[in-house]
Amino acid sequence: MVGTGWYLALAAVVFALGAVGLLVRRNPLIMFMCVELMLNAVNLTFVAFGRDLTDLGGQVSVFFVLVVAAAEVVVGLAIVVAIMRRRAGATADDVSILRG
Amino acid sequence: MEIAVFAVCAAIVIGGALGVIVTRHPVHAALSLVATLFGIAVLFLTLDAQFLAAVQVIVYAGAIVVLFLFVIMLLGVDRVENLRTEPLGGQRPLAAGIGVAVLVLALLFTIAASSGGFGGDTVATGRPAAVAPEFDSCTAVPKALEGSGAAVACDGPEPISNIRQVAWWVFTDYVWAFQLTGLLLTVAVVGAVVLARQRGGADDETGEPVPDPAPEAVG
Repeated sequence: MVGTGWYLALAAVVFALGAVGLLVRRNPLIMFMCVELMLNAVNLTFVAFGRDLTDLGGQVSVFFVLVVAAAEVVVGLAIVVAIMRRRAGATADDVSILRG
Repeated sequence: MEIAVFAVCAAIVIGGALGVIVTRHPVHAALSLVATLFGIAVLFLTLDAQFLAAVQVIVYAGAIVVLFLFVIMLLGVDRVENLRTEPLGGQRPLAAGIGVAVLVLALLFTIAASSGGFGGDTVATGRPAAVAPEFDSCTAVPKALEGSGAAVACDGPEPISNIRQVAWWVFTDYVWAFQLTGLLLTVAVVGAVVLARQRGGADDETGEPVPDPAPEAVG
């Protein structure tokens, strides 16, 4: 059996990669994908701890995180589409048009 | 065997994550994301979370990434970001520094916690083991409810399936959170439709409703 620590280490690596991508990339779609990476890293820690503590609450938490991630992506992509309609080729810098 | 599965999946997951942040083309990034999500689904399987592995593939690879691809296609696939230009001076070294800091901190905490052991008896879990109902070996219904009609008869000593255990928690202790997620999804769908539809809503001259060209937002 692979130890819990290995799963946590892998999740830490994925979380760090997602954070770097979120900070570096300017395409809002890629930034959303990086957010998904970070959410998945956290999901992995939830399930790993759930197994380690023999507590099913970890898996239930991941279930809810999945739902929230889906809702977040739907609304976020709708905002991206709305902005792209106004200004083709927009990057994350152009989201400042949302400021009144 | 299990170590080999973990190693292969870890390589796929990290490779896919790297692919998301270094590829120039958004479609390639989305496909790398699929690789990462599949790797994590297999890791869920190795962690005895069969239900979550299935949901991960269906919801993430089947719905969320398809939504990403749909938006990419809608906005134009030929738009490739030039990664050489750096709009903010010093942004990338700073981001790399923050990433390394996050990684080092997380690994340090992991190592520190591992040396103490994660065992449920040694760590305060917030949910004492006694609260979790003891599951009948066959029906996945807590023993306290047996005989109340909730127990389902089964023949043969089958182990409790993961889905039944998750369902038990979702529909009892976490039922309010479950209801709230339903509300959240409704709000998200309505918000997406409102955000993505064309301005105006109706043609000024004829009064005819403008056909909505943005069904992609319904997810």
